[in-house]
Amino acid sequence: METPMIYAYRRSNGQVGVRNHVIILPVDDLSNAACEHVAANIPGTMALPHPYGRLQFGEDLDLHFRTLIGTGCNPNVAAVVVIGIEPVWTKRIVDGIAKTGKPVAGFSIEENGDLKTTAAAARTAAEFLQLVSEYQREPISLAELTVSVKCGESDTTSGLASNPAVGNAVDLLTKMKNNVYFGETSEVTGAENLIADRCLNEQVRQKFLKTHSSYVKFIEDQGVSLLGSQPTEGNIKGGLTTIEEKALGNVQKMGRDSTVIGVLEPAETPSNGDRGLYFMDTSSAAAECVTLMAAAGAQVHLFTTGQGNIIGNPIEPVIKLTANPKTVRTMSEHIDVDLSGILTGEMTLDQAGEKIVEMIARTASGRLTCAEVLGHREFVLTKLYRSA
Amino acid sequence: MAHKFLVHEPGDMVGVAIVDIPAGEKAEGLVMSDKSRLVVTTLSLIPLGHKIALHDIPNGTQVIKYGVPIGEAFANIKAGEHVHVQNLRSIRWRASVLEETPQVANTK
Repeated sequence: METPMIYAYRRSNGQVGVRNHVIILPVDDLSNAACEHVAANIPGTMALPHPYGRLQFGEDLDLHFRTLIGTGCNPNVAAVVVIGIEPVWTKRIVDGIAKTGKPVAGFSIEENGDLKTTAAAARTAAEFLQLVSEYQREPISLAELTVSVKCGESDTTSGLASNPAVGNAVDLLTKMKNNVYFGETSEVTGAENLIADRCLNEQVRQKFLKTHSSYVKFIEDQGVSLLGSQPTEGNIKGGLTTIEEKALGNVQKMGRDSTVIGVLEPAETPSNGDRGLYFMDTSSAAAECVTLMAAAGAQVHLFTTGQGNIIGNPIEPVIKLTANPKTVRTMSEHIDVDLSGILTGEMTLDQAGEKIVEMIARTASGRLTCAEVLGHREFVLTKLYRSA
Repeated sequence: MAHKFLVHEPGDMVGVAIVDIPAGEKAEGLVMSDKSRLVVTTLSLIPLGHKIALHDIPNGTQVIKYGVPIGEAFANIKAGEHVHVQNLRSIRWRASVLEETPQVANTK
């Protein structure tokens, strides 16, 4: 198919935004209240409350900063107000986001209190909101986007239809030179060799296998029953029986001929500029995974579901797809793309792939997804271990 | 006749219902990769999305779907029977996902 044009925002650093968010970003749990007060005073801005940011250390703290800075850097975000309890960590996040050239300002609460901080931050948020309201969408190639993919509350219709349909779209996207992220490290267990066989070279292959085996070791080392967790209750209700079966359905999303060109850490942006399909080390929990992918710069997300996962994300629009005719019927307000025709033979995978790319183009040009209309803004940080 | 279940690959031992299939129905299935068709009589209700055995599967057999094992049967399964958590379990996470300790031969 011909690469579609989209109408999107060209940022000062050359990146492409498909939304024009002004976000109020807390450094830590203590700053949620001030952020929410700012957003309540300046409608049109969006607070991103979360429960972490205190006494984390090591790799876990690095991931916290990488995720928050990455969220602010996402090109769907036009401007950022950062609020933290202490000035040093607040400045660290402001400085990280400032490298994009977008408007960003930081406020710390100590020695000021919530009210004074809120007043000062709200004034800046108002200025930012007015400034970015004049930014215009312009014609840009869809090939410039980074698209992330994930499935949730999967059932057997995911492996039969919606995941291979997304895989078909992924093949189209990688041919157009889009970046695509997929992940869900534990959930590819039983199909990890299919991914390994797709890796560009031995170096990528070894990195993938090491990433996968260390995640599985972490899970197995807990020594507890995973019944009811993986596969989930919803998976089992939908007919999925084992992790192997779920994984084989899951990996259909990587398409039939796309090459895995790299393996990313959680929330890591590809650094070498090569464009194509990347595996990211993530949890299989929907909101954690999408939050990490958005923090790595993904602008649009494709989310397939069987039984009806309803996730959204505050930064990147989440397009919901299902092939389960019951879910289409009972949860229609959540479903952007109905792929049930694949099961009955009324729609081919090629037709489905093109339909999905068209929906990416419409969404990138401003169409609100079901999750956006319903106010789904799940922002969930991944925490690697307990705080000190 | 419209197909009521789909099969990924020709060698698969199970198909997936695309509608609720009542017990005792001679249901037609479609193999997705080669478009061949087959008929299996259901022994019980197979709900949409659930698996149906395409032929008898003896206890202990690796069950093939997508052309590869998705687990092992821990009971004898008859053609047309519902295949799910009551007769199929993970090979991969056997130790960690089972509520009960797997029955292993006494080696004393």
